[in-house]
Amino acid sequence: MAIPLIYNIRNLRVRAGATVMTALGVALTVAIAIFIMMLLSGLDSAFHNTGNPLNVMALRKGSDSELTSFMSNDTFLALKTLPGLAKGKDGQPLVSGEMVVAVVLPRNNGTGETNVVVRGISSVAREMRPEIKVVEGRWFNEGQHEIVVSRSVSRRFAKTNIGDSVSFGKSPWTVVGIFDASGTAYDSEIWGDINQMKTDFDRPGYSSAVLRATDDVAADALTKRLPDDQRIKLDGTLETEYYAKQTRSGMFIQFIGTIVAIIMAVGSSFAAMNTMYAAVAYRGREIATLRVMGFNRPSILLSFVFESLLLSLLGGAVAVVLMLPFNGLTTGTNNMMTFSEVVFHMRMTPVIVATALLFSAFMGLIGGLAPAWHASRQNILNALRD
Amino acid sequence: MTLTRFVTKNAFRNKRRTILTVISISVSLLLLTLMMTVWRAFYIDKGAPESVLRLITRHKVSLTNMMPLAYESKIRAVPGVVAVASMNWFGGKYKDEKPENFFAQFYVEPENIVQVYSDWQIPPDQKEAWFKDRAGCAVGRQLADRMHFKVGDKIRLIGSYIGGNVDLTVRAIIDGPEVNDALWFNRKYLDESVNWVGSKSGMFSMRVDSQENVPTVSRAIDEMFRNSPDPTKTETEKGFQLGFIAMMGNVKAFILGISGAVVFAILLVSGNTMAMSIRERIREVAVLKTVGFTRNGVLTLFVIEAVVVSLIGGVLGVLLGKFMIYGIAQNPMGGMFRTAQVDWKVALVALAVAALVGFMSAFLPSYRAAKLNIADGLRHLG
Repeated sequence: MAIPLIYNIRNLRVRAGATVMTALGVALTVAIAIFIMMLLSGLDSAFHNTGNPLNVMALRKGSDSELTSFMSNDTFLALKTLPGLAKGKDGQPLVSGEMVVAVVLPRNNGTGETNVVVRGISSVAREMRPEIKVVEGRWFNEGQHEIVVSRSVSRRFAKTNIGDSVSFGKSPWTVVGIFDASGTAYDSEIWGDINQMKTDFDRPGYSSAVLRATDDVAADALTKRLPDDQRIKLDGTLETEYYAKQTRSGMFIQFIGTIVAIIMAVGSSFAAMNTMYAAVAYRGREIATLRVMGFNRPSILLSFVFESLLLSLLGGAVAVVLMLPFNGLTTGTNNMMTFSEVVFHMRMTPVIVATALLFSAFMGLIGGLAPAWHASRQNILNALRD
Repeated sequence: MTLTRFVTKNAFRNKRRTILTVISISVSLLLLTLMMTVWRAFYIDKGAPESVLRLITRHKVSLTNMMPLAYESKIRAVPGVVAVASMNWFGGKYKDEKPENFFAQFYVEPENIVQVYSDWQIPPDQKEAWFKDRAGCAVGRQLADRMHFKVGDKIRLIGSYIGGNVDLTVRAIIDGPEVNDALWFNRKYLDESVNWVGSKSGMFSMRVDSQENVPTVSRAIDEMFRNSPDPTKTETEKGFQLGFIAMMGNVKAFILGISGAVVFAILLVSGNTMAMSIRERIREVAVLKTVGFTRNGVLTLFVIEAVVVSLIGGVLGVLLGKFMIYGIAQNPMGGMFRTAQVDWKVALVALAVAALVGFMSAFLPSYRAAKLNIADGLRHLG
């Protein structure tokens, strides 16, 4: 017969001090794990949300990022003649030639400066990315030295509000608008007129081109055709794949985070074990009484493991609550592919909550098994005599 | 019975508890030691003695913009500059994209770069062979050890943004005071195939005659190009590296946050244990007081006991940390931690934290126990 759960809950309440301290210890460990997971999940969603499955990205052969890619004007014109391209509102094929450069900007909080991606585009780029909306000010005028910055960039970097001027290329650019890219990778960028940028950076061509296919089959055909076409000879990848590949920017965080979480988990497991041993030692007579009443060894074992699980789950739950305010927090790290800052929002997802609780349960299990085993092995007579 | 014996006897009266406490304190302190070592490697270490004399100039807009190569002779004319070399990131792939096959590759003018890095030690015959062979390269000692490169080996680099493959022969191995995990080859090799290589440079590396001149020189260089189409930014080698760390995000806050959590966690663990062990001994406290121990005497006994236990955890943690850092440093993937080690300052801070935690965790429960009325204490059932 199983010992009622309420027995364990009451016991945890009786030793409130020890319970709170142990649970908090577990909570700290789980909180660190949650923090890392929230970072990674935010980074992941920024890249996985980006790109349209019908878009094909053309880059120079061997380039794995837009930043190191280049194509001439002639190559770009040849792209427009390919079959299987969707047509835009004006009847022209939806092919967007873009130029990508990295520019150093100082951070708002005084923690130094970092690279930000600046993208030169023509009007077709906007038609192909309807998720981008102006939230403040207006879009830039073609032919002007004007730029629009994403809301995240504007918040994170100094002097990037409407009316400010940002210096790169040959002369300063005026910020005329703030846009929101609905959590995609474009939320880390600054956009301006490509022709202005071409002159400013002395680049007689494009960095990359995005081609909109009519359907999946055409998109697939395009990726195969780009490297083989003699006029073009570019690498073709689906835009979604291109961005998904950049998630590996989080590798460093993941590596450090895993090590830290494992080390802290070892510490917390031992702490939980200590508390449970104390609980067992303290309740020797009680356990013996339970045995006399007819509860068998397995049920004693189960009951103490249960108590340990409860204790650590309490810690896990506290950690989740503790970390909730971080949900939606904007932060940034270095994108390994573009050498520039990628801005993303930390996210608390159901998967993270479940993983965190599992993690804490695991610590409770490790910490609780040995003491519970000892509890169930106690000699009844000796314990009662104590 | 002496004081030491009394304390040690008591500290280990419940062996299991003490051992568990020591283990959890030691893993926490292991983490703290690691974090402090990383912090030190990032923000405190100044590098080799010559490193403070070296400056790096890059394009003000970003590392991905290039400057005219003609800047080199202008920089050389700045008073205080002893040597200048153009330095460029090649960014090719070796074999494949696996991270273990990644290493930095620079194309340089070998004659100039050895002037700037005058603390490099290359055997004269190797140096000469490297200078002579346009398709030759020199590899740093750490890279040579990691990839098992020997003089005479052929290395093919698959070009990325520069395009075209590069076939090189190892002519020299560079020894030096700093970790050198890079490959250095001659820019003339690229001159023939890539037209802009002969007129542009990504970085300039230079050596200044004395440390007092470092700020003046860096200001003079940036001032010189301020109004040109390609303004520059000149910083010390260390500052340049810190720029890369800053790009990863708020690393300082990350390390501080983890360290804070760790210290708080050990405080909880240790406090919990001390509270448990003191609660058990209330009757003993009363006995001690009956035989003449003062309130402060009892308090001291308990506090010393806690400090001893956490210090044992601390020593173990620091040793573990030292061991782990040593492991990372030996590992070919150790990257920038290749020269990291737990020095006595870090160890001292970790031990101080341990002692402080022991003190704080014991103080409150033992204060309460010591204050207790003798009669109540003797009656206490525990």
